[in-house]
Amino acid sequence: MKTVDHQLLIVGGGAAGLRAAIEAQKKVDDVAVISKVRTLRSHSVSAQGGIAASLGNTEANREDNWEKHFRDTVAGGADLVDRDAGKILAKEATGNVIELEHMGVPFSRTEEGKLDQRPFGGHSQPRALYAADRTGHAIVYALYGENLKRGTRFYDEYFVLDLVKRGSAVSGLVGYEIETGELVLFRGGAVILATGGPGQAYELTSSGRASTGDGLGIALRSGIPLEDMEFIQFHPTGLKDRGILISEAARGEGGYLRNDRGERFMDKYEPEKMELASRDRVVRAMQREINEGRGIEGRDYLQLDLRHLPRRKIERKLPTIKELTADFAKVDPEEEPIPVQPMAHYSMGGIPTDTRGRVQGKRGEEAWENLYAAGEVACVSVHGANRLGTNSLLEAVTFGKRAGRYAAERAEKGPGTRATESALEGSRNLLESLLNHGGSIRGSELRARLKNIMSEKCGVFRSREGLEEGLARVRELREDYHENLFIEDKGEKFNTELRNALELRNTLDYSEVIIKAALEREESRGAHSRTDFPERRDDTWLVHSFQYRDAAGKLESYRESVRIDDESYLD
Amino acid sequence: MKKIFEVNRYNPESERGSYYQEFSLAIDHDELDDLTVLDSLIRLKEEKDGSLAFRHSCGHGSCGSCALLINGENRLACKTHLADLLTGEKERVKISPLPGFPVVKDLVVNLESFFAHDEEVRPYLIGRSEPGPREENLQTPEELELIQEFTECIMCGACTASCPTYWDNKKYLGPAAFVRAFRWSEDSRDGGPGDRTEVLDDRRAGVWGCNKVFNCNDACPKDIDTVGAIEKLKRKALGF
Repeated sequence: MKTVDHQLLIVGGGAAGLRAAIEAQKKVDDVAVISKVRTLRSHSVSAQGGIAASLGNTEANREDNWEKHFRDTVAGGADLVDRDAGKILAKEATGNVIELEHMGVPFSRTEEGKLDQRPFGGHSQPRALYAADRTGHAIVYALYGENLKRGTRFYDEYFVLDLVKRGSAVSGLVGYEIETGELVLFRGGAVILATGGPGQAYELTSSGRASTGDGLGIALRSGIPLEDMEFIQFHPTGLKDRGILISEAARGEGGYLRNDRGERFMDKYEPEKMELASRDRVVRAMQREINEGRGIEGRDYLQLDLRHLPRRKIERKLPTIKELTADFAKVDPEEEPIPVQPMAHYSMGGIPTDTRGRVQGKRGEEAWENLYAAGEVACVSVHGANRLGTNSLLEAVTFGKRAGRYAAERAEKGPGTRATESALEGSRNLLESLLNHGGSIRGSELRARLKNIMSEKCGVFRSREGLEEGLARVRELREDYHENLFIEDKGEKFNTELRNALELRNTLDYSEVIIKAALEREESRGAHSRTDFPERRDDTWLVHSFQYRDAAGKLESYRESVRIDDESYLD
Repeated sequence: MKKIFEVNRYNPESERGSYYQEFSLAIDHDELDDLTVLDSLIRLKEEKDGSLAFRHSCGHGSCGSCALLINGENRLACKTHLADLLTGEKERVKISPLPGFPVVKDLVVNLESFFAHDEEVRPYLIGRSEPGPREENLQTPEELELIQEFTECIMCGACTASCPTYWDNKKYLGPAAFVRAFRWSEDSRDGGPGDRTEVLDDRRAGVWGCNKVFNCNDACPKDIDTVGAIEKLKRKALGF
């Protein structure tokens, strides 16, 4: 057992965590980034299409400004965007992407050498900066370099189990070093959770194997509410059967969607915006085509057609798509259409924070002391009920930076209470019981069942009947996990089966929240589509939903209004 | 149709040392076209032995987690299709950890030195001039093109683990670090390629250890011309 002290602890080394660390270094010297995977392996590297900012730096987007970006974001989010946060996102975008450029991100350029921007769904102007179609990779690598320069301490392959706290004051983290199997007590003056999204709750997902939403599980076990978890974004173009992301940039650059009859079916649903309508709309149109038998060969997929695009455009602007389709579907997009289907992609909801990244307490309670969150795990909420493409990388750097700044200010004041190693007791008992309680069902089996339930019962279209059944089955799975889980690997060192089981504990915990929130929201808005409540109902549901676990483990819910006129962001 | 997988096993908590364990998986002909080595490893772990250790995450060649020695070549498990390995009469796939790095368990290696070498070449802009807080540096498409290919590196380690110089000399920075040095020093926004010269020109660690075996180029899952980058760095070190 060991104890490690740092001024600031950041959990997660993706775009949000790395950006937070850079900003924090400006105030405090001693910043640690703790990640269950090695830095540079985080899922942010898979972001492809771009990062939004209304630069207005070229002829094509001269008319753009932050107000337009803000309005597009609110409209795309079906009005559920907190306006203070949305304004920050749009307004600070230009400065934030320029900073990334100064850190060395290899953004694609116009002929004159300026930052180029391309169109993206739901954005009224071409404002997506991009680095070919590897934008996330380019940003993470530059942020990593900047952190090396500034001396950030990295703890790679440490799995964070839980927060260490007294009341609502957080003083550290329980870590589990995967290589040695040792428990580690991390102590610090402030903690930022930047652990990423929950895509792995679904069968077909663009999210990597590590995107198990661990911060959401950590929050729930600490009594922290989760906000708007019913809003899971499904992305229109997952590569058939694999769920590999085929960037929206393919449609931004002019790609068509076609059904089995070869029709550009989007003209029936979105005659103006066509393939560049917001993702929720495109996905519903696709799912209808599939449900009505117009999928390719009557099956559950459609086609993304790039054959009419100039070859040079595909090679220069969409090289990854060419590589991925060749590798995983044996398709050359210049010659054949790409088989695609909707897949789980992003969680608009998450841990509620204010615009400084501070984690909010449940209704009527003060915010948490020393605890911050940013990136996909958080809900600030800039995406409302549906995120626009290229706003996620922007959110990660914008609110990662803010969380880093304010958490560092807190950390500068020094630690409050100092936890002792007795804080590890609960986690030690958990690990021992997981390894030794002698069940009979493998974690992989439970995980497969969970993914199946989430995909079948809480996918693009939802209904009371399906959600009630799903909720009951997820609750059974949670019991199975605690009573019947079997872990074959009893070793201490690099026990990936145990790590997978710890991830599954988190996934089960918040999957119940996703379904329950979807069941309670009796309307259709953004990414949440109820077949039994097809209309949007602003009279009752122009609100954020919250779920938390009470002391007895039961989920409780409440609602809060959307922050519409708040100007408090001008700090 | 049964396919045999020979997988390196090493349990640091046992006396046995490392050995190859044979597993068989029933894979029908249609499946063969779709399955990758990573899919097979996941099936082995889920169906045969939960203790089998390997790294993976994105599953499509962007996170760099799953580089392994597969039938004698360093490749990403997620991008290696069984159909390409099991041609003709071949029925076996041999899977080992990346060579040249200490093995932690089964297929997992310790990459500390690999990442430390990366850090030595300072993979970030040095001595840059910042225009204004809201002003971009100009960089022409031609200037970007010079480094574009080298920005694609995913730090998987396949190249360095294929390098005979690195196998013999662990101080040698290795091809991945050189690709990264090249990517950053050739960036038109970088203020000082000179700042990396000392380490790149070092007799033990630097570019002079490259014997142009080209293993690294063959191993790169992103088809980066690693030797090309090293040759250019050599010319720079000589002052051309």
